[in-house]
Amino acid sequence: MNALRARAEETALPAKDETPREKPVVALRQVSKRFSNGTLAVKDCSLAVERQSFISLLGPSGCGKSTVLRMIAGLGEPTAGVIDWPSATYDAAGRPMRDLGFVFQEPTLMPWATAIKNVMLPLKLAHVAKSEATARAREALASVGLAGFENAYPRELSGGMKMRVSIARAIVTRPSILLMDEPFAALDEITRFKLNNDLLELWRRQRFTVVFVTHSVFESVYLSERIVVMAARPGRVASDMTIEAPYPRDEAFRTSTLYADLCRRVSHALGEAIAA
Amino acid sequence: MSVIDVTSLHGTDAEIIEVPRERRVLGLAVSFWPKVLAPLAIGLVMLALWEAVVRVNHIPVYILPGPILIVETLFKDWDTLSVSLWVTLQITFMALTVAVALGVSISVLFSQSKWIELSFFPYAVILQVTPIVAIAPLIIIYVSDVRVALLICAWIVAFFPILSNTTLGLNSADHNLINLFQLYGASRGQVLRHLRLPAAMPYFLGGLRISGGLSLIGAIVAEFVAGTGGRASGLAYRILESGYQLQIPRMFAALLLISLTGIVIFLVLSLISHLCLRKWHESAIRREN
Repeated sequence: MNALRARAEETALPAKDETPREKPVVALRQVSKRFSNGTLAVKDCSLAVERQSFISLLGPSGCGKSTVLRMIAGLGEPTAGVIDWPSATYDAAGRPMRDLGFVFQEPTLMPWATAIKNVMLPLKLAHVAKSEATARAREALASVGLAGFENAYPRELSGGMKMRVSIARAIVTRPSILLMDEPFAALDEITRFKLNNDLLELWRRQRFTVVFVTHSVFESVYLSERIVVMAARPGRVASDMTIEAPYPRDEAFRTSTLYADLCRRVSHALGEAIAA
Repeated sequence: MSVIDVTSLHGTDAEIIEVPRERRVLGLAVSFWPKVLAPLAIGLVMLALWEAVVRVNHIPVYILPGPILIVETLFKDWDTLSVSLWVTLQITFMALTVAVALGVSISVLFSQSKWIELSFFPYAVILQVTPIVAIAPLIIIYVSDVRVALLICAWIVAFFPILSNTTLGLNSADHNLINLFQLYGASRGQVLRHLRLPAAMPYFLGGLRISGGLSLIGAIVAEFVAGTGGRASGLAYRILESGYQLQIPRMFAALLLISLTGIVIFLVLSLISHLCLRKWHESAIRREN
């Protein structure tokens, strides 16, 4: 069965597919991160994120998966190695103009601002004209199923709805890559399933790239095209696997034997990574 | 994404289902009345007791006047007292205004540089812990204009709660939100305006409520120390003056006026605070449970 295939860790290797791979959106080469207290959080991590792909970083807590995501976002520089944005333009200071959206584990909304004001924030910070920002924020809210809730304050929304506002804020700039740091971990399972489906639908329609950090095997298998399993102490890539199951994935997929089989294999890989 | 998940809708029930409103008496909710009536009843009983004790024992007015006489005096001497009240109010509000302006600007400065905060904050603490009665005489000696001296005294007392609360508020913006602003390349000014200042708002308003009362206390204490004469003197001077002249009912009337002023300042500032926060802050939101 070829549904699951371990892949070489080194990103520079040419892919074995017939069609040549596109330039990656972002590529990490031998990236390490040591915190000021001496902890080596990430060691020699290499990873190429292909355009329009859906990648999960899966691992136990403390494996540095969030640290990798934050470094990609530019929140904390790596202590060694390079994070390369092949097609990004660079600003005057020589920094890549990262064209990304970030979703935190918590909704991280401003409690004093309404849903639409929260979604407008990235546009406001970029000095987009107010009328255009309002229109785009409205559209982003509608795309996450929150049309009609523009003027609700965060406290008036449930956990799932707050997370939707957070996703709307991340996609309102139409980023080419969406970084998500365990976004659904704090939600109940029913809401999480619903948001999983809605995220896949959004991804299918808008074709951005997703890097999704999670500690749930089931969630990563359900969502991803590719899962990078990480091991802890120090954080490193343990294995890199492609999930060859067709999209659209739906509730039928969740109960299929293929899904169960994939989960078993990924669990096994995760088990090995923890034991190693 | 298609539709809203029904499972996560319960947070907005209030908007969808019209909750039947509570019964009202004279425009106020039924549950509100005991909160007014109970303390009011106690107050009236105490005042009646006071009046009775004074009358039954024939206590002379220069020892203890009854509440009826005090209120009578308040109206009788209103011309003098209202001028004094106005003087005290002016000092109080000027001191509060300066305290707000300086307190907020200095805490913004502190939030922009850890070094400035580290270097100057201890001096703000010294300003706070030194009793105002101890330094008021010095200020009155060094500053020739009495009104300015009074203003400085009241300001010293009112300044610290605003400074320390606002500084705390500016530094307690959600760390992830700060990261988010960083991510979008926000400037310092943008972080301050769109994140730190709104986050500091509840803290600042908390400080403001304390400072409102304190600036009145500061003004009164300074007036006591200064003991300025003449017609344009504050309520504290009226108390001193009435004490010397054994006009005890007027002394009580001035005291009553000071208390009422303090209560009004507190209520007004509480109302401002409520109006600013009612949309989003936990402290201003009424909960069912």
